[in-house]
Amino acid sequence: MAGLRPWEELPIGGAVEPDPALRPRTGGWRTGLRPQVDLDGCVNCLLCWVYCPDSAIRVVDGAFAGFDLDLCKGCEICAAVCPAETIAMVADDG
Amino acid sequence: MASVRTARLLTGSEAVANAMRQIDPDVVPIYPITPQTPIIERFTRFVADGETSTEIVNVESEHSAMSAAVGSALAGARTMTATSSQGLALMVEVIYIAAGMRAPIVMAVGNRALSAPINIHGDHSDGYLARDSGAIQLFAENAQEAYDLMVMAPRIAEHPDVLLPVLVGQDGFTITHSAEPVELLPDEAVRAFVGEYRIPAPLLDLSAPRSQGMFAMPDYYFELRHQIAAAMERAREVIEEVAAEYEELSGRRLSALEEYRLEDAERALVCMGSTAGTVKDVVDELRAEGERVGLLEVRSFRPLPIERIRAACSGCSEVAVLDRADTPGGVGALHAECAAILCGSRARVRGHVYGLGGRDLSPAEIRAVFAGAAPRYVGLRSAS
Repeated sequence: MAGLRPWEELPIGGAVEPDPALRPRTGGWRTGLRPQVDLDGCVNCLLCWVYCPDSAIRVVDGAFAGFDLDLCKGCEICAAVCPAETIAMVADDG
Repeated sequence: MASVRTARLLTGSEAVANAMRQIDPDVVPIYPITPQTPIIERFTRFVADGETSTEIVNVESEHSAMSAAVGSALAGARTMTATSSQGLALMVEVIYIAAGMRAPIVMAVGNRALSAPINIHGDHSDGYLARDSGAIQLFAENAQEAYDLMVMAPRIAEHPDVLLPVLVGQDGFTITHSAEPVELLPDEAVRAFVGEYRIPAPLLDLSAPRSQGMFAMPDYYFELRHQIAAAMERAREVIEEVAAEYEELSGRRLSALEEYRLEDAERALVCMGSTAGTVKDVVDELRAEGERVGLLEVRSFRPLPIERIRAACSGCSEVAVLDRADTPGGVGALHAECAAILCGSRARVRGHVYGLGGRDLSPAEIRAVFAGAAPRYVGLRSAS
């Protein structure tokens, strides 16, 4: 177990502080589908942002600003909760 | 320091509820169970009457109570709860989590036998079930001690060198439901003594986000659980520091261990909880008869004051250890530990199990234990 830290140097209770260098890229596991939005229909309710389990909805100045495909796993929740039915799942071509 | 003192006739439950009122915890997730129920009945009346600012969380089980307590304590709120017996059994899974996540929750326990058969009376089976959880576990001798330990408990739990749950046990019915004179400290003295709730990294500190309750593989689990053992070791000293400071405030010293007339004793008895009160009377009688006997009362079951037990008993020739919980197929827990601690000393260590399901231990039986004439199971009816 070389290189592993001894118990005295571990955070209390194993609490882990976020490390920006280790930002997860959950988009690497995407299902084969990705969300696509028709911005003309978007009412900016941000329900997709509320429900997205992977923080993949980008919001800029309080407004919907697209998807972060580094994080999106293609779960389809945003498409399911969108009240304007303006998010569709499309084939993910990589 | 506390110049005005008032002794009131209170049960152990009422005494602990008053300690909770004076501490004024932020959050109390709670589920009723005999014999703990009067603690929370009395405390919720204080809350309803506006005497505390506590948020009571009514939950559907003790498992939920302890789970809510973990979240609350780690979020940054001083959190207390209370339970007994089956309720403590249901909590045990989450007590391990509370200890591992270093949540300094204070819990009053009305110690009670475990089912089956169902029984509501006092023994230490429930406390023994939580023995290895990583929670500090203190046992009171009477209502006054239950109050005193409850006031001390937040200081021990929340100490930055400790950060572990603390269980304050009092024997079901014998203490929880028996009224005796109890001296309460002034409210403001208790508030000042416990101080503000501060933990190193509250979850609601949004300036320093962090993940808690992480997964740990074989490469780190051992080290993270060892933090609990290390905190327990440090807790020995913290308990004595808090006890010394509490003595200045109250005039009462509640050490992890009380040596009663042990100085030149040849024979010592070791026990926990309300039984210690009866044993003290028997020790006085036997001393008056010229017997060199004494009592070692264990108040802190976890951490067990190992070195002090060794120092207190190693001069004795006979040490009888009383467990108020059985270990079927094994050796009583306190007995086994005292035998290990005193291994190599001149003391011969015997173990007895007694008082299951609230059965009284009589002075005559205690005399028989001192005389070496008691069976392993004291007070058990047996055809043979």
